[in-house]
Amino acid sequence: MASEVTHTAATFADHLPVLQILVPFIAAPLTVLIGSRALAWPIAFVSSAIAAVIAFALLMKTMGGEVISYHLGGWAPPLGIEYRVDAANAFVLLLVCAISTIVLPFARTSVAAEIPKRQHTLFYTAYLLCFAGLLGVAVTGDAFNVFVFLEISSLSTYVLIAQGSYRDKRALTAAFDYLMMGTIGATFFVIGIGLLYMATGTLNMADIADRIAEQGSNRTVRSAFAFIVVGIGLKVAIYPLHLWLPNSYTFAPSAVTAFLAATATKVAIYVLMRFVFSVFRPDFSFANNTLEFIIIPFAILAMFAASFIAIFQSDFKRMLAYSSIAQIGYILLGIGFLTQTGLTAGISHLFNHGITKAALFMGVGALVLRTGSSFYSRLEGAGRTMPWTSAAVVIGGLSLIGVPGTAGFISKWVLVQAALEKGWWPVALLIVASSLLAVIYVWRVIETLYLKPATGDAATATEAPASMLIPLWIMAAACIYFGFDTQITIGASQTAAQGLLAGAVGMAH
Amino acid sequence: MFEEFTWEFIVGHLNYWLFIVLMMTGLYIVVARSNLVKKLVGLNIFQVSVFMLYISMGKITGGTAPIFPTDMKVDPGVTYSNPLPHVLILTAIVVGIATTSLALALIVRIREEYNTIDEAGILEIESTICRAENQLHGEAMGGRA
Amino acid sequence: MHHHLILRVVTKLLVGTIILYALYVQFHGDYSPGGGFQAGVIMAVAFILYGVVFSLASVQQVFPPWLVHKLVALGVLIYAGTGVVSLFLGYNYLDYGAFTPHHPEHGQHYGILVVELGVGVTVTGVMVAIYYAFAGRTPVISDEEW
Repeated sequence: MASEVTHTAATFADHLPVLQILVPFIAAPLTVLIGSRALAWPIAFVSSAIAAVIAFALLMKTMGGEVISYHLGGWAPPLGIEYRVDAANAFVLLLVCAISTIVLPFARTSVAAEIPKRQHTLFYTAYLLCFAGLLGVAVTGDAFNVFVFLEISSLSTYVLIAQGSYRDKRALTAAFDYLMMGTIGATFFVIGIGLLYMATGTLNMADIADRIAEQGSNRTVRSAFAFIVVGIGLKVAIYPLHLWLPNSYTFAPSAVTAFLAATATKVAIYVLMRFVFSVFRPDFSFANNTLEFIIIPFAILAMFAASFIAIFQSDFKRMLAYSSIAQIGYILLGIGFLTQTGLTAGISHLFNHGITKAALFMGVGALVLRTGSSFYSRLEGAGRTMPWTSAAVVIGGLSLIGVPGTAGFISKWVLVQAALEKGWWPVALLIVASSLLAVIYVWRVIETLYLKPATGDAATATEAPASMLIPLWIMAAACIYFGFDTQITIGASQTAAQGLLAGAVGMAH
Repeated sequence: MFEEFTWEFIVGHLNYWLFIVLMMTGLYIVVARSNLVKKLVGLNIFQVSVFMLYISMGKITGGTAPIFPTDMKVDPGVTYSNPLPHVLILTAIVVGIATTSLALALIVRIREEYNTIDEAGILEIESTICRAENQLHGEAMGGRA
Repeated sequence: MHHHLILRVVTKLLVGTIILYALYVQFHGDYSPGGGFQAGVIMAVAFILYGVVFSLASVQQVFPPWLVHKLVALGVLIYAGTGVVSLFLGYNYLDYGAFTPHHPEHGQHYGILVVELGVGVTVTGVMVAIYYAFAGRTPVISDEEW
């Protein structure tokens, strides 16, 4: 309690969970207050880099299975708001921070080309708020706090997507659609939390878990579960709830798409995992059935339907958006298995797909900068005029398929293992079959870039600037690196999966 | 399970009925109206229904406003309502205002670019753009238009 | 200039009162109903009313848009900064007990006043900024076309 007279001064390291979000959160109003266009980007980049260092420190601390609990305002949970970091959060935090830090240098050139100058300061403010919101969602252990941070990140996301309207006015309707669906999703989520509060009288996630375990399942808890899964499902873009995603990703500025595709849906998936495994627990039979009979079929449907639609796109960026929906299917499938291996696969694919998509969307951004469009017909032959960009895109594409030696292969391999472990060999076959669809849509890209004669804009295009190529190649290299060194990804995913599956019994005490 | 539906059950859960009616009204407007501003009004009604749910949750029979007397001497005989749901919903209301003003700003911009705020009209314009793109860049499937 | 005489006179009388009331709600928010959110909105109402009755240009003379935007950011920084100060005093983030370690309740009192001030500043700024953003846009349809 705050009123305790005996007080031991906390050290810097104790404050890491709150500093994690505080750094970008203070940087955001600071850019407005300073109001200098020249300083907006450096502030954003420095705060993002600091956040990345903090996230790395947190992951190192929690890798052994330790759980860090931070009491906001000195009020002890379950009454006070608690920030709670274990391996699962720390992993997601590191993903978000790393992507943000790498995307920002890319964003500087890309934003300068796609967004009018007078908007730049506020663009970085919105970006930082979105970033802080995503980190907040991952770090907090308080159910209502999740909603608040989710809305901070969502509202700034709508703004960021609408910035694409300077290139294509359809960004506005895309942002409006996302706003409608996102708000409905967030409101469903609040209803779910309200019902949980009614049933348990607490908002601390670990405490809710304890109370549900005590009282067992009842109608209020079950309806809360349904509301939360549908609400977060809208943010995750689970297959039938994905309608906002293709337009938002296609029309948003390239840098925004690269950042969002790699982080926003991933953080939402983390929330879903946290609620299903830590709050409701896998032994909550209703959750169990939901995963097995609803999430898994939809996940498989997403893998096929979205991949199939992706094949028939004429726009590279939109193709990637549909492919994202398919890849979310793989992650959900892993979660749906409800086994240690399945969850490990889900979490590691979350990370691997994050870096793969960041690489690909940055590649698109670089192509758009030089050719002015992301349509295949405008990119024909770009492989010859922009060799470095195209090569990185190909590496990303291979990782998307899951070719051995790339990051995508590792997580898909674990996913297939998980399916076989459960004895669900048809599912394992379906995973392989849907990867074949990925081969087709990635081949179309390779064919466009390398095999078609260079025409139009691509023929006269020059290689992308170094500020874009370096981030792009860091991501592409990461796709290969994590295809060989599985220590960090699989190791952290395993710890995270163990932590999640062990549930949160007695964690509040 | 239907024997539960007694008169006491129905009246005793009045706030939930109101919540459900408001929520469904809001959702229906969001889905059924094609005017973007009306959609937004529906979204607001939908959000307000949740505010109702939370605020009524904090009500305790015979409870008074949760304000302590200035001398901080709390009479143990006095029942206070639960202030926590009210505080939570204060946050949600602020989020709602932010969402509404952002959506209105987007509608203003849409009106400027499309010269209409009717969803059917917008879809028509977008499918025209899409058709032109398809002619130029090859057929594509899926998507909005 | 001569129409809406009553409105103009009443507004001039009201604006000061509204601001005073906003300040009352602001600084009594620690132990009674009120606080930054309510006070901020009431404060913003004073400016919006002035803008509606007189003109956007005249209210923007008093309260220029650049100042509004700075205030929005400043309020958040006051709030977050309070927490940072408690961090540097060796306490947890936003633990107001840090300000008066011997009597944490007083510290909480001061802390909440400062934080509410930050909230009030931001809410005033945001409300006025929203009004400016919408009122400042030239309409696509001119008034005569209605």
